[in-house]
Amino acid sequence: MSLEQEVELIRRFPIFSKIAPAKQKLLCFSSERLTYAAGQEIFHAGDVGDACYVVIDGSVEISVDRPNGRLVLSVLGCNELIGEIAIFGHVPRTATATAKTKLEMLRISKELFYSVIRENPDAAIELIRILSERLANTTAHVARLSNPEAD
Amino acid sequence: MERGLFGFIIKYSRRDQLLIVPLVVLSMIFYYASLDLPKTIINQPIQGKGFSSPESTMAFLRLGFKLPDFLGGQAVHIFDGFELERTPYLIALSLTFLSLIIISGWIKFQINTMKGWMGERMLRRLRYDLFDHILRFPLSHFRRVKSAEMATMIKDEVEPLGGFVGEALITPMYLGGQALTALVFILFQHIYLGMVAFGMVLVQAMIIPRLRRRLLVLSRQRQIASRQLAGRIAECVDGVMEIHAHDTSNYERAEFSSRLGRLFVIRFEHHQRKFLVKFLNNLLSQITPFLFYLVGGYLAIVGRLDIGALVAVIAAYKDLPGPVKELIDWDQDRMDTSIKYTQVIEQFTVDDLAPATHQQLMDAPVLPRGGLVKASNLSLIDESGTKVVDGVSFENDLNEHVAIVGPNGSGGGDLALLIARLQIPDAGTLEMGGVDMTRAPEAVTGRAVAYVGSASYLFPVSVRENLVYGLKHRPLNAPIYEGEAKRTQEGFVREALRAGNSTLDVGAEWLDYEAAGVTNAQEMEDRILEILKTVDLEETLFEIGLRSPVGSIDSPGLADNILRARESMRDRLSGPELMDLVERFDPLRYNRNATLAENLLFGTPVGRIFDIDNLAVNPYVRKVLNDTGLSEELLKVGHKLAETMLELFSDLPPGHELFERFSFIAYDDLPKVKEIVSRVAAVGLDRINEVDRNLLLSLPFKLISTKHRLGLMDESLEARILEARRQFAENLPPEMTGAIEFFDPERYNRAASLQDNILFGKIATRQAGGSIQIGALLRKVLEELALRPLVLKIGLNYQVGTGGSRLSIPDRQKIAIGRALVKRPAVLILDQAAAVLDPSAQSRLVTSVLAYRKGLGVYWVLNRIDLANRFGLVFVMDRGQLVERGSFDELMAKAGPLRNLLNPG
Repeated sequence: MSLEQEVELIRRFPIFSKIAPAKQKLLCFSSERLTYAAGQEIFHAGDVGDACYVVIDGSVEISVDRPNGRLVLSVLGCNELIGEIAIFGHVPRTATATAKTKLEMLRISKELFYSVIRENPDAAIELIRILSERLANTTAHVARLSNPEAD
Repeated sequence: MERGLFGFIIKYSRRDQLLIVPLVVLSMIFYYASLDLPKTIINQPIQGKGFSSPESTMAFLRLGFKLPDFLGGQAVHIFDGFELERTPYLIALSLTFLSLIIISGWIKFQINTMKGWMGERMLRRLRYDLFDHILRFPLSHFRRVKSAEMATMIKDEVEPLGGFVGEALITPMYLGGQALTALVFILFQHIYLGMVAFGMVLVQAMIIPRLRRRLLVLSRQRQIASRQLAGRIAECVDGVMEIHAHDTSNYERAEFSSRLGRLFVIRFEHHQRKFLVKFLNNLLSQITPFLFYLVGGYLAIVGRLDIGALVAVIAAYKDLPGPVKELIDWDQDRMDTSIKYTQVIEQFTVDDLAPATHQQLMDAPVLPRGGLVKASNLSLIDESGTKVVDGVSFENDLNEHVAIVGPNGSGGGDLALLIARLQIPDAGTLEMGGVDMTRAPEAVTGRAVAYVGSASYLFPVSVRENLVYGLKHRPLNAPIYEGEAKRTQEGFVREALRAGNSTLDVGAEWLDYEAAGVTNAQEMEDRILEILKTVDLEETLFEIGLRSPVGSIDSPGLADNILRARESMRDRLSGPELMDLVERFDPLRYNRNATLAENLLFGTPVGRIFDIDNLAVNPYVRKVLNDTGLSEELLKVGHKLAETMLELFSDLPPGHELFERFSFIAYDDLPKVKEIVSRVAAVGLDRINEVDRNLLLSLPFKLISTKHRLGLMDESLEARILEARRQFAENLPPEMTGAIEFFDPERYNRAASLQDNILFGKIATRQAGGSIQIGALLRKVLEELALRPLVLKIGLNYQVGTGGSRLSIPDRQKIAIGRALVKRPAVLILDQAAAVLDPSAQSRLVTSVLAYRKGLGVYWVLNRIDLANRFGLVFVMDRGQLVERGSFDELMAKAGPLRNLLNPG
């Protein structure tokens, strides 16, 4: 897969979509293409998040450690974005990501993403939009949880 | 050292100076003869005086003289000479003239050679003496002097002395003789005119030096200002971090400029005055002939002087100003050099200079080997008159481990300096195992005691050389010289002796194995490894060893060992899980994790010839690319790369981090590349000029297929690069074989690091966590093949840089502690030597050093008091006094100073 295809891929994600095409390309070019062996850990819950990943090939298992063992939350496959929360702020990883199969990913580092956003006000506005949407969702979710009868 | 320049010159070069005198006299005779002869040539053979007829002959080389009248006045004939006709006589006289010139020139050359020798020897002696003084300065003196100033003084300021020494006595003698002769001659011709000439010379001799007084003041100021300038430059170099960290570069610029400004004023005035004096000097010497013409002419007109005498006087006077002027110049030189000399000597004169006997070479001094350390009433007063160590007395076993603690400024560090005898106590005595250390020479203190301060200095040599530095007390086995080498060496020693220098052979074996407690090089190596473990340096040096080029070491079986490790690594990496971690170098395959340049060269460049930045303009590389038709292909790739880079990077601000990390083109080059790309768009790739071509062609060499993913490389291009690789190696001109070390599966690569040699390939950039896995694997392989010592050996050859700057500060301290351990001193003294280490490393180091020194004495000034419990004895210092002393538990049991220190409040 060449740079052009990577650009096609990240363009589909809202947080990257409003970035100018040349910058999307720069983002991909400056990112790392990494291969993981099946079973290899990508990051662990509690680690400092420093990058997000786009799955190019293979699948990733998202899990959390519980006193009674590992609890798998989800399995993500091709063209999915992992760990993007870390990109927005200084938040530790909330879950562990492990390669389920042989895995190929694009690693976009936080600094890289920041330095691209810094040049792109439109992308920044888009980011704020996404975040506020998520905040609204979360708020609604919390409201539902605290007031189950309302459903 | 002699206070005055002439004292110095006469004391050390009297004999040489006297040896020149006969030569000077001889040269004058020949010089006179060569002046006299032309007259004879013109008068006799040319004008025909004495050749009355064509057959007449003259005697050539007739030797004889006339006895003075009081001895009878007869002519004495020694040799009648050859009778020659006019033409042969002319030829004979002319040839004589030629030989006189040659001989007198040759004598002059000899005189100059001797002057040169003399001057150089004296310069060497002076420099050596000054350096010797530096080695004998008391430590406190180094707080006042700047290293750069010392260096300029020894290097530059005394330099003119060498030239002057040759002139010092000979010149005034020679010129003075000349001037005197001419003056006497004039006086004989006419007493008044002679007096006039004499008077003018006197005036000259009185006035000119007076005018020069200011000149001398200026030249002294100039010397001091220049020296301070050198010191200032060194300060800025040493403090460059502070300058950057505090944005004071402009302050420093202003400061430097103001110094240069002052220096400019001094230098300009000096220059101006020098030429003013020159002008006056010339004027005065021209006034005499003016007086001759006026007074002498008048006297001639009124008939009181005959014209012949006047002409003779004026002719003789011609010879007078020259020598007088030169003599005055010499005098100027003398004063200048004397001032320089005195200036320098003043700087090197210290009251409490250690006597030379203190550092005398000793083969086997009596060293303390057991018994007690007795200190009684040790006191040290610092420059401000404060007693920093105040009447400290103690007595304990020589092999005791003592911790010295106390609040800041308690005098612990000064006590350590006293025990190490780096400071000589102002009062009190120190005895170790029955040896009086207070007065002991350095041969005793430097071997019985080792000292490590809190910021130790490393010499800019290898780690190993630094570790064994403390074993070089005296030359042990002088190398055997034979034939030519022997003569050279003897000449060297002879010269050293004549200049009063040390004749010890620096090429001898200075390493004292015995002092380290070993008998041969192998045991020494083992000791060093043992010490590396003790000071916790093993891991660091292992890492360095892996990263260092192999070429720096000559170890038997090295090649085999590396190849075995390479093989073992290959076997391990062939397993299914690991096989993608490293892409090995294969002569027949394109390595997609390596740069295009590496793929083409298939080797490591040595030197600049095949450096990646020079490849595009290297004629041989160009030829290979042309022959394989790659030039055009790579040009296209370069062009695409340039376009992509412009697209990606052109609207980023300068200095953006992405540039540094990812761009193929430097920010400053972007506009240039932009122009090239637009030119290509206008005229096509094949019609751009050579410069543009070179730039585009240079871009693809850094391309790594897996990393850059630009889709610019395809299999057919890879195949052609493989073909170019083959041709490159096959036709490499013999003079370039040294410029590259090829990747050869069967040979180790001298220019590449040990790690690269063993991997023999590239770590795949795409494998997550690959380099960590490989690192672990590499260690395992080296461990299994027992190659760890080899890696450490390579690490030990690492050059530490100026003051050890290529190592971290904790590592420098560890090496300094290692250096002190190697020589097995009876007492090891450490003053906060581990303070720069992090707490856990510090605890580890203290424990392991104490274990290593079991049964041998240690005094350790600790910054962390809690570490004192590892020592047999604790000294608590306060305000220069030893306030408490005993075992840790003992002292903690009572509510004394130690408890207060550990639990304040």
